[in-house]
Amino acid sequence: MTSKEYKTITDIKGPLVFLEKTEPVAYGEIVSIRLSDGSEKNGQVLDTSDDMVVVQVFEGTEAIDRKAGVKFLGDVFKLPVSKGLIGRILDGAGRPRDGGPEIIADENADIIGAAINPYSRQSPHDFIQTGVSAIDCCTTLVRGQKLPIFSASGLPHNDIALQIARQAKLRDSDEEFIVVFCAMGITAEEYNFFRSDLERTGALENAALFVNLADDPAVERLITPRLALTAAEYLAFEHDYHVLVIYTDMTNYCDSLRQIGAAREEVPGRRGYPGYMYTDLAMLYERAGIVKGKKGSITQFPILTMPGDDITHPIPDLSGYITEGQIVISRELHQAGIYPPINVLPSLSRLMGSCIGEKTTRDDHKKVSDQMYAAYAQGRELRGLVAIVGEDALNERDLQLLKFADIFEDKFLRQDRDEDRTIDETLNLCWELMTNIDTKYLVRLDQELIEKYHPEEKKA
Amino acid sequence: MSKNEGVIYRISGPVVTATGIEARMYEVVRVGNEKLMGEVIEIHGDQSVIQVYEDTSGIRPGEPVLSTGQTLSVQLGPGLLTQIYDGIQRPLQTLEEVMGVFITRGVDADGLDLEKKWDFVATASKGDDVLGGQVIGTVQETDTITHKIMVPPKASGKIKSIKSGDFNVTETVCTLEDGTEIKMMQEWPVRHPRPFSQKYAPDTPLVTGMRILDFLFPLAKGGAAGIPGPFGSGKTVTQQSLAKYSDAQLVVYIGCGERGNEMTEVLDEFPHLIDPNTGKPLMNRTVMIANTSNMPVAAREASVYTGITIAEYFRDQGYDVALMADSTSRWAEAMREISSRLEEMPGEEGYPAYLSSRLAEFYERAGRVETLNGEDGSVTVIGAVSPPGGDISEPVSQGTLRIVKVFWGLDAGLARQRHFPAINWLSSYSLYPQSLNQWFRDNIASDFPEVRTQISALLKVEAELQEIVQLVGSDALPMDQQLTLEVARMIREYFLQQNGFDPIDAYSGVQQQYAMAQAILTFQEEAKKAMAAGARLQDVVNVQSRTELMRARFAEGYLDKIGGLVEAMVAEIAATAEAN
Repeated sequence: MTSKEYKTITDIKGPLVFLEKTEPVAYGEIVSIRLSDGSEKNGQVLDTSDDMVVVQVFEGTEAIDRKAGVKFLGDVFKLPVSKGLIGRILDGAGRPRDGGPEIIADENADIIGAAINPYSRQSPHDFIQTGVSAIDCCTTLVRGQKLPIFSASGLPHNDIALQIARQAKLRDSDEEFIVVFCAMGITAEEYNFFRSDLERTGALENAALFVNLADDPAVERLITPRLALTAAEYLAFEHDYHVLVIYTDMTNYCDSLRQIGAAREEVPGRRGYPGYMYTDLAMLYERAGIVKGKKGSITQFPILTMPGDDITHPIPDLSGYITEGQIVISRELHQAGIYPPINVLPSLSRLMGSCIGEKTTRDDHKKVSDQMYAAYAQGRELRGLVAIVGEDALNERDLQLLKFADIFEDKFLRQDRDEDRTIDETLNLCWELMTNIDTKYLVRLDQELIEKYHPEEKKA
Repeated sequence: MSKNEGVIYRISGPVVTATGIEARMYEVVRVGNEKLMGEVIEIHGDQSVIQVYEDTSGIRPGEPVLSTGQTLSVQLGPGLLTQIYDGIQRPLQTLEEVMGVFITRGVDADGLDLEKKWDFVATASKGDDVLGGQVIGTVQETDTITHKIMVPPKASGKIKSIKSGDFNVTETVCTLEDGTEIKMMQEWPVRHPRPFSQKYAPDTPLVTGMRILDFLFPLAKGGAAGIPGPFGSGKTVTQQSLAKYSDAQLVVYIGCGERGNEMTEVLDEFPHLIDPNTGKPLMNRTVMIANTSNMPVAAREASVYTGITIAEYFRDQGYDVALMADSTSRWAEAMREISSRLEEMPGEEGYPAYLSSRLAEFYERAGRVETLNGEDGSVTVIGAVSPPGGDISEPVSQGTLRIVKVFWGLDAGLARQRHFPAINWLSSYSLYPQSLNQWFRDNIASDFPEVRTQISALLKVEAELQEIVQLVGSDALPMDQQLTLEVARMIREYFLQQNGFDPIDAYSGVQQQYAMAQAILTFQEEAKKAMAAGARLQDVVNVQSRTELMRARFAEGYLDKIGGLVEAMVAEIAATAEAN
């Protein structure tokens, strides 16, 4: 399609280009900008009126001058989708990055993505076994859930995400997940780590990667997760795949959002992030789920690093209000040499209740999980008390709980990066560890379960 | 004659500016070739600024804008109950039929089924003089709810003809002498409160079956409550519990900017739940509005108004209606987002300066009233607030607290200890006990307020003692204070904690709540006596019958058993003194 080229740029500011007097341009329309040296950049219309058009340039405005030519391509941003996406590596704007050919499109999908009608959703209820005890037992993952990892710089969230991607499966089923991986502003080193791990395990053939690295244009990051999710939706709802979307790092995404907001001189909300960040994040996270009448599903694993380990920072805070729980990585546990350093106390899976129990995992799962959690929480609290009054001041019960907290971290949390525990193994381990506490203090377990599972009280 | 067609001048996200129409404020307009629904929210000379309820991608300047002459309204009449709407009263089921599982745009759908025939029974007769709001007939809409057909608020006169029979909502069922035709369906602009004769002071509690709420921090029918809490503290579970068990006759549940999967859970669960007060499916008394966080932000802004207008409509029929809004923070954020697109001067934290007045206007639509028909009706509003980082010094929490009389403060710390409902008994308050005390005295027990005072005093003393315990350990306290701690622990674990997922414990009648509180006080009394006679605290606390008393609340028929269990406990405690 040929269209008019305009040479009417008036202002250039940050990632934005302002143009005067054009034919009517659609809101959200894709723009191509030809620079004087012949190279091209892409952008999208953010604001349009009879007099003025504002374009956000994905690759940054470097080297654009007022003589640059601007073409409006007559359509909103679309991603060519087909099954051919599987096994490919694309850049942050959806162009091949692996040297392979262009994607041959079955269709072109609008990347903004429409909201799923709540009436058409199906409640998630299929238990995903990740093989990580802390997650399977305490913050159980469900197919169709969005469960972010709240981490911080210097913590092994990438290892955990990869371990989950490798091991995640439905119980008694060979159905594998297709991984859609979306990198936003991560370093080349981190990217190589992900890629080589996926290559090593052969998962790359079953994955689609969308990669925007730290030295790629920051504004492009606003598009990258939308491309990844559009691909995920296509694979899940047109081709019945179960898709696991991992995106990292949401903090970089939000910073790009703030950058655009600042360039547009918008009124900032908390810590300078735009007031619409909640809605914007929701439009990504809410693209997880299962819909009636379709076999596929989208499960999301966003990773975000909490600036200053602060869980009340707007990025984790707003995310927590949208996602169905969170897995919190603890610096303290990491420093104590424990992998995976998951702090189960602030971690939560809101959908856990719908996928555990006799029919899906095991009849004792709920109560065991509650008891492990309660005992560990009390044990951790006692550590603080012991620091002040010493162990001598504790009674027998408190001493057992105090010791249990150490055992919990050492035996239950700690596992190898390749260790894949089944849910039965995890729950049996729980019972074994709970023998360190007198049965009479295990108040959250009922007698029936104790007789069925407790290694020392078991009735044959 | 005003001009009703103009053109788009500018598009910026959900905000569109049009020229060439002479629209009124808050008039509904149709934007672009796809006729997207929008509302005029600002007028500058020839330019009208419109908030659009649907995604605006791909719309161009120069496309047409049509004004409709109407303000944003809802359709009111038989067919509302059991429905699930989006923020602008489009039935989600209809949307699914038209667009499939994803919500696209440009689809218009009626809030009521215009074809369905309802069995109208006239209660007024020819020749009657009727005024606005007067009931002229009924329709049995669901098993539990009789829908009363009213004269529209602004009409009045002598009935010329009226007939019973099967009608759809747009057919005339009654004609007045002046020619006014009354149909079962009314339309009402959502931003205007519906009229009533007068407001009364609330004097009846909204019984929720949650002990901490009914007993310590009661909410009156016609009152307003705010539930602030950080994520994960159980706001949604509390709201849903209220929707399930409160003794309102009708419930309007607004899911405003919340999670899709959670909304689906509600939609899946409610049709199977039984209303403990009537024994019929809960859905029969429920209207739901679901505008999830990724649905258009302007429709989110409208959703609370749509909900409360529907609630008022049922109030006008003489019903007690409870409205849950989860979460009002998302509504406030929608206002902020639109305000920022309008480039308005921001107030605190970027929220518009009119935030607190909008919140006040909304909560003020709650109340117990005498309807135009002379009956008693009420709308109780319970709004969840999601303060960033759990810090309630932010504008939405503060704006809410200034208006509501009941504050149920959710506490992440309690939630982490698995103390549910995680409502903090020290920071929460209710200003209604004074006006409700008479009801409690008349209907439950003459000393109800005194028992409540004793229980809350014990909790306050415990908080003070806990500070000392943190420093020196509980063994260092004198025996009577150690006993106080044990009694307070009993209050927390036996009385305040309530398992919302346990079929029996989830709902506790007020009579039972009173009996449980009495049981705790009896324990304190008897323990004191026994200890004065030489019993050891540990023995008193460990009596088996007390554990049984506490555990029995998970079994059916607890209220009938509680007296016997308390007697057994009293006897066993007395025995501990004799043993020494």
